[in-house]
Amino acid sequence: MNYKTQKIAYYFFATSMLLLTLQIVFGFIMGFAHMGYDGLHSIIPFHAARASHNNLLVVWLLTGFMGAAHYIIPEECEREIESPLLAYIQLGSLILVGVTAIIGFHFNWWEGRKFLEIPRPLDYLVVVNVLMFIYNIGMTIWKAKKKTTTTLVLFFGLLMAALLYLPGLIPTDNQTMDSYWRWWVVHLWVEGVWELIMGGILSFLLIKLTGVDREIIEKWLYIIVGVTFLSGILGTGHHYYYIGTPRYWLMIGGIFSALEPLAFLGIAIYAIMVAKKGQRNHPNKMAMHWTLGCAVMSFVGAGLLGFAHTLPQVNLWTHGTLVTAMHGHMAFWGAYAMLVLAIISYSIPNMTGRKLMNSSISAYAFWSTTVGMVSMTVAFGVAGIAQVYLERKMGMDFLEVQKAIEIHFLGLILAASLFSSGIIAYIYEFIRCGLPTDAPVDKEYV
Amino acid sequence: MLSKAAARNFFLVGTFLCFGAFVLLTIDTISKVPAQTNAENLTDSAIRGKHIFETNNCMGCHTILGEGAYYAPELTKTYPKRGAEFIRLMLTDPEKLYPGQRKMVKYDFNEQEKDDVIAFLKWISEMDLNGFPAEPDLMQ
Repeated sequence: MNYKTQKIAYYFFATSMLLLTLQIVFGFIMGFAHMGYDGLHSIIPFHAARASHNNLLVVWLLTGFMGAAHYIIPEECEREIESPLLAYIQLGSLILVGVTAIIGFHFNWWEGRKFLEIPRPLDYLVVVNVLMFIYNIGMTIWKAKKKTTTTLVLFFGLLMAALLYLPGLIPTDNQTMDSYWRWWVVHLWVEGVWELIMGGILSFLLIKLTGVDREIIEKWLYIIVGVTFLSGILGTGHHYYYIGTPRYWLMIGGIFSALEPLAFLGIAIYAIMVAKKGQRNHPNKMAMHWTLGCAVMSFVGAGLLGFAHTLPQVNLWTHGTLVTAMHGHMAFWGAYAMLVLAIISYSIPNMTGRKLMNSSISAYAFWSTTVGMVSMTVAFGVAGIAQVYLERKMGMDFLEVQKAIEIHFLGLILAASLFSSGIIAYIYEFIRCGLPTDAPVDKEYV
Repeated sequence: MLSKAAARNFFLVGTFLCFGAFVLLTIDTISKVPAQTNAENLTDSAIRGKHIFETNNCMGCHTILGEGAYYAPELTKTYPKRGAEFIRLMLTDPEKLYPGQRKMVKYDFNEQEKDDVIAFLKWISEMDLNGFPAEPDLMQ
């Protein structure tokens, strides 16, 4: 580590790993319930498991992004974090709000809007919490002599993510407008500003891991985030096809959604090209695996599988079926989960001074999670397509169809078990590296 | 070859134009949604029904307007398909209607609250959703 306050990132990352573990537990509860084994229904009904699974995902990714910011910003700005105490208070309060929300779900306390389930009083606390984070990182950048493009893109992404939480708080009695504003948050996060965060973190990793000139990498960063916004902002329209909004959204959403894979294709090509061009033989091989894995899997999950069902003619039949879960799982995994795991893999040896990153356990973690997630996606896809044909195209009863596709959830659980074994391996390596130290790290690692 | 400044301008101008178009379309959508969703029929009872729907996280199992979770049936057309009495019975004792099947939480709603949920589902079912949900077309 070049800066002592970079080690704050470790505690954000450790929290991320804990929340990811919990998210997977709730995922299994839902998988078994889909198979008919809902023995926990009286204490953890499906909707509580579902809200916990989704919200834990959002919070562990955001915590990971915040950790990444605490690691990257000091190095890019060449100064310490403005207030380490504020960073720890912010992390502590984020955990407190998160835990309260998850416990609340199990006592029927929620707002009940998909992805924005946390109750309104906690929403306000989230806003205060994120403002603390933005202030701390913002002041660190503001007072720095050096402001790199990577820093600015990452900060702009984090700032916009905070601001875009606000449309979700607009009060309305109309279900259509409720959904309309909800997508301003959810879509413009995951297919908009989160991609800026992704671009910023990937740029940092590629600069460090490949040694390719910063000017070249940052130029392509601008083009990719430009294409992301060109397609992603109006691509929000694919959520407005069938919720009671004007018909023109079918055309606008259809055209701009079809362009969305281009941004992800751009990221994949750019990462592979830069990796090939790089002269530097960085010793942290697994960080490179996760970085390239993120670039490629985000194209497949978010780009291709998203495109597969955002054409209005297809979406008319797939809207509100398990096909969405197929796309959702690989998209979040590829674009954001692998990204957080990439920055953790890169930074942990530097923070702890223990160079354990290229072990066979680390390689197992990468390959088993990747193969596991691809298999889970296939299981969701088969179940989803069967559901579309039996229920939507043939008119069979919902519960009869669910009985008919139960077997695919056995496949899902087996795939999820392989995936989980990889996550256990990853966390085992994370713990094995120990706590961060202030000792300087070898130059070849940073 | 494109310079870094040109790449930055591409990002800034493109984002500004697209976001501007999105804001204009949003203003137009806000003006058209009341007519398309029959907002004049959105009674106090239906509004209370929406609140009950949200504060019990019904979307955590069901979909409505195609949005939510995929564990329980899509509810957009439940009112015309099943009728008010079926919904009332389901809200009273779900296991009695579907014994031994996938479970729904048994809520202690009073009669007024059940009426409110029914009013909400009735209002939802009458919206113009651009053809969703489509009628099954493979068994004709």
